Amino acid sequence: MRTVTVVGASLSGLYAARELRAQGFDGRLVLVGAETHAPYDRPPLSKDFLTGRADEARLALTDAEERAGLDAEWLLGVRARGLDARGRTVLLDDGRTVPTDGVVIATGASARRLPGDGLAGVHTLRTLDDARALREELIHGPRRVVVIGGGFIGAETASSCAGLGHDVTVVEAAVLPLVAPLGPEMAAVCAALHRRGGVELVTGIGVAALRGSGAGASRSVDAAHPGRAQAGPAGPPVTGVELSDGRILPADVVIVGIGATPNTGWLAGSALALHDGVLCDDGCVTDLPQVVAVGDVARVGGARAEHWTSATEQPRVAVGNLLAGHTVETVRSVPYFWSDQYGTRIQFAGRRRQADAVRIAEGTVEDGAPGDDGLLALYERDGRTTAVLSVDRPRPFTRARRQLAYDQDPVEPTTAVNL
Amino acid sequence: MIPVCRLADLPAGASVRVGTTPPVAVFNADGELYAIDDTCTHQDASLSEGWLEGCLVECPLHAASFDLRTGQPTCLPARRPVRTHRVTVDDGIIHVHLFAEEGTAA
Ligand SMILES: Cc1cc2nc3c(=O)[nH]c(=O)nc-3n(C[C@H](O)[C@H](O)[C@H](O)COP(=O)(O)OP(=O)(O)OC[C@H]3O[C@@H](n4cnc5c(N)ncnc54)[C@H](O)[C@@H]3O)c2cc1C
Ligand code: FES
Repeated sequence: MRTVTVVGASLSGLYAARELRAQGFDGRLVLVGAETHAPYDRPPLSKDFLTGRADEARLALTDAEERAGLDAEWLLGVRARGLDARGRTVLLDDGRTVPTDGVVIATGASARRLPGDGLAGVHTLRTLDDARALREELIHGPRRVVVIGGGFIGAETASSCAGLGHDVTVVEAAVLPLVAPLGPEMAAVCAALHRRGGVELVTGIGVAALRGSGAGASRSVDAAHPGRAQAGPAGPPVTGVELSDGRILPADVVIVGIGATPNTGWLAGSALALHDGVLCDDGCVTDLPQVVAVGDVARVGGARAEHWTSATEQPRVAVGNLLAGHTVETVRSVPYFWSDQYGTRIQFAGRRRQADAVRIAEGTVEDGAPGDDGLLALYERDGRTTAVLSVDRPRPFTRARRQLAYDQDPVEPTTAVNL
Repeated sequence: MIPVCRLADLPAGASVRVGTTPPVAVFNADGELYAIDDTCTHQDASLSEGWLEGCLVECPLHAASFDLRTGQPTCLPARRPVRTHRVTVDDGIIHVHLFAEEGTAA
């Protein structure tokens, strides 16, 4: 393999580039990134960056010294717009083509938007540019902020806005936020953190329209086509969020946190199977053995994760398989994510299923919320632990997370290398 | 020189956080005592809450690992070392000697 092209120059793309060099690839390495920024870390965007506790320098994932060592060609600020059917040529937006022997797809995901959100003051939070724009709005004195969506990014953003002294309401369509990842009992406990942080939580109701000032400035939300709209040029300022029961929540700033969609549009017309992500086997390998996918865009062995740790763990396996020419190793890690909200740190590992029973193994629930000393909850099925949730209990959490990894690997890891 | 706790209260495998500014973590790694800055250089997790294995401590947030003897990270995502501090035991009490106190500022 003489040339490898990594498409997507963020977390998983950078880790893939590092792995290529670490695993002995000494050919031409090209990184294509749609953003003009050097790789930066997204998790702080909704946390310390929004509150001003971390500046842009703290977001950098790499430095000049490392980049020199990687000896890669960085094509930043240019988007890939196609991959030929054999996976041997990457087409770029500016008309250039990159002939290549191997491809790492690391194009991540984009924030879903509400249709008709072209009002000024309406934001999503996925990129550094998004975070800069939102931060700019939040430093001009107290505003009325409505966060649409109570998932991790919505909750963190709400927490950061409340911490900056804004008046914050979170609207969540489901009965409880985070009920899918955490289950009803623990979702309720985490939802109570909003109340504790002085944020109002409105649940079980959808958003009908975003209201703006000026005649006809209401943008209705087309429920049949969520996420299809593109951000237009900033229109009149937003004034409120209309709920499906007609209630209007006044707002100066609206943050839309309703999830992300994998960036696979550029792969239309390639030979790759796409379905909510790039379909790969357990080793991140696509239908074409010289094309692998990692991070938020990859559907690995039937599941797509949108977590920092998978984006950093998958590249090692993917690159190994790419260089070997077929799948010699599979990703075997236990899913893990963390979130920081209202001064507490939530950590979750494992695979929860619907019927799992939850047991609080350490700490207490007070008034429906985690007690001051945090808590550790174990999800159990047939006498076995399937997942673990911790609020401010990192030490026992780590022990439980390691145990999960150990239990999932009772046999020797498969080393299917038949050289 | 800052008193930490009694040696008897820090058995092998245990760690303790000292509330200095910045905070320091003291470990008993199989009988050897080490002190490093408590805050991971990657983001802001407390290394005294980390996973101790031999002379390495793994950060509880994103699993960067640091060598207690040198403060150097042995894997990503941390890229910068933590400072190490000298530890002594006097009369059964553990003391840390903060790096800056010794006039050898980096
Ligand atoms: C605000 C925020 C907070 C988060 N907090 C947490 C957290 O607390 N814990 C946790 O576990 N995870 C968190 N995450 C998730 C984590 O950041 C992601 O899982 C991770 O960034 C995924 O990395 P990636 O490289 O796969 O994708 P991305 O980081 O999305 O990077 C993809 C890159 O590819 C580029 N790209 C897209 N299309 C093209 C194209 N056609 N051509 C060229 N380049 C392209 C994009 O511009 C982007 O730079 C958070 C994410 C966000 C946005
Ligand atoms: S904070 Fe320690 S590894 Fe990230």
